[in-house]
This record gives sequence, C-alpha cells and structure tokens, in this order.
Amino acid sequence: MTILIIYIAIFATAFFAVRFGVRKFRQMKDFTSLKTVTFGDESAVRPDRWASVISVITVFLLWGAFTGSTWVPIHAPGPFVGETEFTYTLEAPDGARDDATVYARVFKVGEDAEEPEVDPGEGFAKNDGIKVGAWRSELLIMDKNDEVKRKEGAKIVAIDGQPVSAGETVSVADGKVALTAKGSINFSPSGGMQMEPIWLPAPEAVVARVGEIASEGYQNFTLWEHLFWSLFRVIVGFIIGAAVGIPLGYAMGLSDWFRGWFDPIVEFMRPVPPLALIPLVIIWAGIGESGKIILLFLAALWIMTISARAGVSGVAISKVHAAYSLGASKWQLMRHVIVPNSLPEIFTGARVAMGVCWGTVVAAELVAAEKGAGMMVMVASRFQNTDIVIMGIILIGIIGYGIDILMRKAEAWLVPWKGRI
Amino acid sequence: MSTLSIENISMRFDLPNGGHVQALQDVSLEIKTGELMSVLGPSGCGKTTLLNIVAGFLAPTDGKIMLNDHQVTGPGAERGMVFQQGALFEWMSVRDNVSFGPRMAGKREKDWAGTVDHLLDVVGLQGFKQKAVYELSGGMQQRVALARCLANDPDVILMDEPLGALDALTREKMQGLVLELWKETGKTIILITHSVEEALLLGERLLVMAPRPGRIHEEYRLPFADDGVGKDLRKVKKTSEFGQKREEILSMIWDMEEEIMGRTEEASA
Repeated sequence: MTILIIYIAIFATAFFAVRFGVRKFRQMKDFTSLKTVTFGDESAVRPDRWASVISVITVFLLWGAFTGSTWVPIHAPGPFVGETEFTYTLEAPDGARDDATVYARVFKVGEDAEEPEVDPGEGFAKNDGIKVGAWRSELLIMDKNDEVKRKEGAKIVAIDGQPVSAGETVSVADGKVALTAKGSINFSPSGGMQMEPIWLPAPEAVVARVGEIASEGYQNFTLWEHLFWSLFRVIVGFIIGAAVGIPLGYAMGLSDWFRGWFDPIVEFMRPVPPLALIPLVIIWAGIGESGKIILLFLAALWIMTISARAGVSGVAISKVHAAYSLGASKWQLMRHVIVPNSLPEIFTGARVAMGVCWGTVVAAELVAAEKGAGMMVMVASRFQNTDIVIMGIILIGIIGYGIDILMRKAEAWLVPWKGRI
Repeated sequence: MSTLSIENISMRFDLPNGGHVQALQDVSLEIKTGELMSVLGPSGCGKTTLLNIVAGFLAPTDGKIMLNDHQVTGPGAERGMVFQQGALFEWMSVRDNVSFGPRMAGKREKDWAGTVDHLLDVVGLQGFKQKAVYELSGGMQQRVALARCLANDPDVILMDEPLGALDALTREKMQGLVLELWKETGKTIILITHSVEEALLLGERLLVMAPRPGRIHEEYRLPFADDGVGKDLRKVKKTSEFGQKREEILSMIWDMEEEIMGRTEEASA
C-alpha cells in the first residue's frame, strides 16, 4: 500500500517536473508540436521518452529502496538489528511481583550470533538473554531460570509495565512481544518496511547471481546453456513448424481437397492451447529434447498454417488476373505473386508463433526438463532461491522482447511494402 | 489480321436462392486491329463481365470469343489487361513490374531491356525505375500498369476503368497518354469507363450497353479520338460537336436509368 502511494506520488511529481520544468527548455519543432488539437487525436500521442526513462528508474529505485540495496541511497526503514531489551513482570501465586529484563540480540540471518551474557539479577524473576534473526521471532521460556515456575502458578502480568494476559500482544522498544496461550513470551523484532531477501532479493544480489550462474552454473548447466537450450528448442520447433505449416497453408489456400481435408483438423487444433498438450507429449515422448520440440512444432504449426492460408486468400484477384494476362504459368504465379504477396501475413504469423513458442517452452520446462530457463526458475523456486527466480524471469522477458524486435526488423527488411498498399 | 470477334456471348449467373442473373444476352461484336473501342453503360450492364470473358477469366454460358481465328479459352499473353488499381506487384521495383511479362516468357534481359527502357521513357517514369511501386502516386502507378501491359506486346489491350481511381487533373493527363500510346503502338484497345467524357474522348468506337439483361444498346463511331491525338484534350472537349454528342449520350443513359427505375417500381408495386 505504501509502495503504491509512493509510486503514484513519483508518477505525479515526475509529470509536473517534466511538464513545467524540462519542457520549457526543449525545442519542439516537428509537425505534431504545431497541432492545437491533441486531446483525442491518437496520432498526436507519442510516448514521452522522459516518462519512459523515469518509469524504469522508478521501478528499480523502489526495488532497491525496499530491499535495502547498497546501490540506492535512500532506503525504506530496514529491520531492527542490534541489542534491545524489555522487561516482564512475573506474579507469583502469593501475589508477589518481580520484574526481569530480557536482553535480545537481533542479528542478520546468515551471520553468526551468540546469546548475550546476562546477569540473572535480583528477585525471583531472573533476567534472560536471547538471540533473534531479523524478520524472525523467538519463543522464550522465561521461567526456565525463574524461581517460581508457571506450573506452580506464576504468570506474566505486564511487559514493560503494560498489563498483558495470555494471547495478547504489546509493542516494546524495537518490536512486539506476544504472550502465548501457555503464557510464554514470543518476541518479534520490528521488521521495518523492507522485503526479506527470501521474498524479494536486492538488485545487486540478482546481478551477483547472474555472474555466479554464468560462470559456475546451476543444476549442472551454466546460465548460458540453460538459455541456449530454451532458445534452441524454440528455434528448431518453430522452423519445423513453419516448414510444414507454410506449405500446408498454401495447399489449403490453393486446393479444394486440401482445404476440405485439413480444415477440420486445423480448426480443431488451433484453439487448443499448446500448454494443454504438455501432458500428452510427456507421455509420448518423455521430457527430453524430442518432446519439447514436438510440442513447439505443434505450437507453431497451426499458427503458420493459418497465416499462410490467409496470405494466399489475401491476394487481390486483380494481381492474379494480371499475372496470367502477362503470360505467367501456374508455377510462376506461385513463385512471383502468391508467395511474395503472402509474406506480410506469414511474418505476422511468425511473430505470433515465436511469442507463443517462447511462452510454451518456458512452461514446458517448468513442468519437466533437465535443462532450460524454465527448469532453472522452477528448481530455484523449490529451493527458495528467489534471486535466481527473479533473474530467470528478467532474462526470459528480455529474450522474448529481443525475439520480437528481431522479427520486426526482419519484417521491415524483407516486406517493406507491408501496410503501404 | 488480328480481328477480335465476340460471337453471341451470353452469360447467366445462377443465384443460390434459385433465381438467376442474365449478365449478358447474345452480345456480338467485331473489333478490327488498331481500333480503340470504349464501352459505357450504367452499373450492372455487364461491361466488366464482357471484358473478363474476353480476357479469358470467365467462360461464357453461350457463344465464343475468337482472336486471330483461335478460340479464347483462358487468359493469355496476347490479351493484356490494365486494371483500375492494385494490380501492380508491390514487392517488385517499377522496372521489374514492367518487365514481368518478358521475364515470365523466359526472355533474357538483353532482349527486353531496350523495350522496357523505352516504355518507361514514354510513360515518363525513367527516373523512377528502381523505385518501389508503393512509393509512387496513383497516376504514376497507372502509368506503370500501362507500360507493363505494353511491354508484353499484346495484340489486344483490355482496360477496366484504368483511370477510374485517379483525380480529375491526373485523369486528363492520362487520357492524353492513352491516346498517344494507342496511336504509337497501333494496338487494339477495349476501354471500359464510367465517364461519358472519357468514352467520347478516347473511343474511336463507342459501345453503350444496357442492363437487365446486359446487351448492346447503341454503337457510335466518333471522330474525337483521332482528332485528339497529340492535342490539348480540353480544346476537343470545348468543341460544339463534342458537347452535342455528350448531351445525346447523357440523355440516352438518363432515359435508360429512368426506364430501369420505372420497371423496378412497377415490379415492386
């Protein structure tokens, strides 16, 4: 909740800062800047690059600030670490009361810490020393060393002077003390507002993991091998899918018989999500490479078939007529008119298919695999290596985005006439 | 002599609801080599159907088309076609579009390069030959279409409203170009148009067709095309004979439309 409010505040502040600060110094001389009607004119809405940059920085700042990153100067209050103390008041069955102090040493999880040495002090309630990991809590059987035990009728009536009974919680200097139903003390040092690394590690921990896994590997394969295998499966599956799907789509676009024969199959298989085929493919082909590639082949096949078929049906009849009137044979018509004319559709299909394949391979690896990006993430999550999980998600995202950019570049290069007819 | 004869062509489309449309009924016509015939008529009179039959894209339900004493049974390189728009190949440069016919015929570049260059000169696109066709304006694209058709050296050129999608100014210029090309190449041309003026200006012969069933309504021989070659077509349009002819044909088409409307009203009454 706090993070959402901070996020909205940064959004609004940055908006006004850029609008009224930076804007004044920017020279806008293009055509759009001369438009007076911009609200409602979608073509006049271009992404503000300042907003994009600030947006990305904000995400990383918030991530760093709420995980205690050393890369970020400002932090949300972290968990309490250090020495603290609180007192409890023990009441003996005869009504006599005595105070004892609990000395607590809160240490960072992963570091070594000793229980504090404590002088037992005066009275029938003796002082205690405990150690607690940050974000953790510690149950204290405080009457172990007290002269009157709970089973003899002693009970705690106050913590730091605040009256308390079993099942209640009171705040102390650096945390909270709860009294359990049986009357013993449970101390939780305050956690602050930062995320514990097990939920969300700091950015530098993730980066450090990248370096570590890139050189040492994880689950018998280095990071690059995991990513390579995922990409390799996608590319092989996609190429086989396209190699079968595109000719099939052409055949369906050009022949009654093929259209009739394959229409029911294609129309049935198209809406089946590839993920739903994972169990069957595992039964048939196991969890090795062939199973993955069969799955990705099926994921790409129908998309490529349908886009090639659409590409053929999309050819203007006047182009076909023109080609025949110019003396083209059927084969020449195919080669010089139908295939190039269907390329824009095929590229659109290929972009979709690559996206679907990438999603499918990660999902298939999550289910079962010996190597691959999805497998790395899944295994890491089982061992609560959240930094690897986050790293994996970021890399999967970057690769998916990279694939799409490459496909778009290829499209602009190979079918420059797309959308300009 | 490459005479094109259209012999008793009838075309009947069956409708899915059991009815039928008589798109053409018993159309007969003979066109001599080098004639430019324009075809005019209200929509639904079957002029595009007729052109598609001559081109070989449709088989008539009755009658036949003979060109040079051979029956037309399908599309062929001896009958070139110029479409309204969108028939250029966007994935090819202007030059590749124009040389498409010779290339498909398997001719070598040295055999067609001269012709193609000459045609690009004639249509005024020499400086654009390496451009992609989608970079050209509508008028330039139609020039490419004309050049592409001529590069194949067909006996007959069929034009299906070739200037229909152009703006008025470009259209006038292109009309002049069509006349020049006709005179220079001596091709037989059938030109379908919606514009009475264009039909009068370009047609040595003018065929007015009537709908339901599609048939030849009237045929004229006109002097304007011959007169107009190489001249300012606007001057031709200003002459009193041109004005008279235009009025005559306009009022005839007007009557035809009235009659159709009347018939439809009767039918629905």
